[in-house]
Amino acid sequence: MFGNSKDLLGIRDLPVSEIQEILDRTAEMKKIVMSQNRKTTDLAGRTVNILFYENSTRTRLSFEMGAKMMSSVACNISASGSSVTKKENLIDTARTIDVMQTDILIMRHGLSGAPHLVAKNVNAAVINGGDGTHEHPTQALLDAYTIIEKKGDLKGLKVVIVGDIAHSRVARSNIWLLTKMGAKVSICAPKTLIPSGIEQMGVTVYNDVEVALKDADVVMGLRIQLERQKGGYFPDLVEYAKEFGINEKRLKLAKSDAIVLHPGPVNREVEITSFVYDCDQSVIDEQVTNGVAIRMAIMKKAIER
Amino acid sequence: MNSILIKNGHVIDPANNIDKKLDIYVEDGKIKEVGENLSKGDTVVDAKGKVVVPGLIDMHCHLREPGQEYKEDIESGSNSAAVGGFTSIACMPNTTPVIDNGSVVNFIKTRPARVNVYPIGAITKGQKGERLSLMAEMKKEGIVAVSEDGDTVANSGIMRNALQYASNFNLPVIAHCEDDTLGSDGIMNEGYLSTILGLKGINKAVEENIIARDILIAENDKQSIHIAHVTTKGGVELIRQAKARGVAVTCETCPQYFSLTEDAVDGFNTYAKMNPPLRTKEDVEAVKIGLKDGTIDAIATDHAPHHINDKNCEMAFANNGMVGFETAFGLGVTNLVNEGHLTLNELIEKMSYTPAAILRLDKGTLGVGKDADITIVDTECKWTVDIEKFVSKAKNSPLDGFKLTGKAAMTIVGGKVVMEDGALV
Repeated sequence: MFGNSKDLLGIRDLPVSEIQEILDRTAEMKKIVMSQNRKTTDLAGRTVNILFYENSTRTRLSFEMGAKMMSSVACNISASGSSVTKKENLIDTARTIDVMQTDILIMRHGLSGAPHLVAKNVNAAVINGGDGTHEHPTQALLDAYTIIEKKGDLKGLKVVIVGDIAHSRVARSNIWLLTKMGAKVSICAPKTLIPSGIEQMGVTVYNDVEVALKDADVVMGLRIQLERQKGGYFPDLVEYAKEFGINEKRLKLAKSDAIVLHPGPVNREVEITSFVYDCDQSVIDEQVTNGVAIRMAIMKKAIER
Repeated sequence: MNSILIKNGHVIDPANNIDKKLDIYVEDGKIKEVGENLSKGDTVVDAKGKVVVPGLIDMHCHLREPGQEYKEDIESGSNSAAVGGFTSIACMPNTTPVIDNGSVVNFIKTRPARVNVYPIGAITKGQKGERLSLMAEMKKEGIVAVSEDGDTVANSGIMRNALQYASNFNLPVIAHCEDDTLGSDGIMNEGYLSTILGLKGINKAVEENIIARDILIAENDKQSIHIAHVTTKGGVELIRQAKARGVAVTCETCPQYFSLTEDAVDGFNTYAKMNPPLRTKEDVEAVKIGLKDGTIDAIATDHAPHHINDKNCEMAFANNGMVGFETAFGLGVTNLVNEGHLTLNELIEKMSYTPAAILRLDKGTLGVGKDADITIVDTECKWTVDIEKFVSKAKNSPLDGFKLTGKAAMTIVGGKVVMEDGALV
């Protein structure tokens, strides 16, 4: 259970106590991930089905690995290889998976709210693995865990998120989570990529990356989807990188012990340079490792109904 | 056999400045006499404690026939209208095929219907925005206006020609105002809520841009224009200013736009998805002020019935609109009259006489000799909306469970009782 819900659909409705509980439980899961005996019986006899309507490397694999380490029967189905290509609708697809006695249904979909629609129509606990431009709650949780590992606490930290905020579910989930947990969140992008009314989420909005990065404890880059330049949001990737990319020089504007996060996949030399990706301050690889642990903690919580 | 006496009711007839207890005698489908203590008629209807008004007229609805009878058809839609107290309804041309020629108009006019159905023709053939539709031919078959509803005539030159050509045939032009280049395929009003839900927003300028454009085109050529479903504060202000300049512009809003805000969409509620979208509290207040000061002339339903499959799906795929007939009057009484924004007289005028006048129909009054289209309303009746009980084939409304005051008690079309106490007759 997540609050009063069987499902984990977003951070917006997740109480602080539940966020804290997931983060606390993740430490124990991480020990298992880092051990040479990666096996628990937490999900023994349980079924986990992973339904993705969009491509994914990190989210899908970490859920599947985690589910298998916890001894569940875990299966993967991609929309492109399913009856979705025969025009089966979302509810019917989800119901079909549900009646095979699915305990946990992990879902990713390109349309905001799709997991909510599914959640209303199935008995399985639905975990949102990213929906449209709405939320990506498990990413925000793993980001928070990674920051806490390095910084000890979220409270009072200056976190700067740079990139395509308008189309980013990662940004939205992170803003919910980080502000709930007491961090000071800033966002930075060209005005065309700042969505209407976002300051009401409690963030400070910057349009100059060099001002935004000043004294940051945490710098988070977001992927610039290549198709956005066609949408007329900015002239081209070269100008974007020049004006908003995070490079070695700009990283120095942040605190000297600042850490760099990115949810991946990265366009090297666009939103962040290779130098920044690979430098000592980067925790991008740790994020991926922690992704397995956080998703194990979430799945364990999902069957506690 | 063919006469009815409506006794003891309080009669409101805005066009004739009548607002008092009177009896109405109807014979052979016409109003024969309005006066005190009348005593004739084969059938006597006791309207004690109720209000007798001109039959309500909806100048903007979708009946889905031909082409989408699984959502609604003319018979089921007109039944729904009768339950809502409407005696005449004007249906938009976005059917399959589009209402863009005389045959389709004739088809609609000859379908069985419980209330008067007036088709509205498309402005352009196939609603493609390219060539003007056969307005003269359609007028002969009975259209009462032209509109591209659901779409905007994007090409300003074609819109200009449409206003001029339509006026040859005394056809009002109803403009659906939406600038696709400024925001197409949006799902809800743009703002904080659309941002946190990750749903593509529709900004207010999308609507206001075309309202401004169409007003200017009409003004330049001294033509008249009617703006459909106004929802924004800025849109109301544009029309207010145009009226002050003497432009022949009229407009309508819908009950949803003075009753609901975008908050109804939260939780991914497809029933609250409509176009134009539900706006903010500030806009709702501006619409109410516009109704009161006369900027907004008429209240139309934009009745938009949909099958459950077209709503029980992803927000992006869900069809726009809501069932309108059966809740319109209750929303008017509850949110306008009982909250002090309009008198009952003004509400009735905006739901009967004014839309008739805009459509150039000789209806919407209780004058002697007029068609006996009469609605008896109970303005005290408190009821709870139950979408499962809608008479429409469709159940899509975000109002399920809403408590309303005010309901039609009887609907009389052409001297014939077609609805009594919520039941079709």
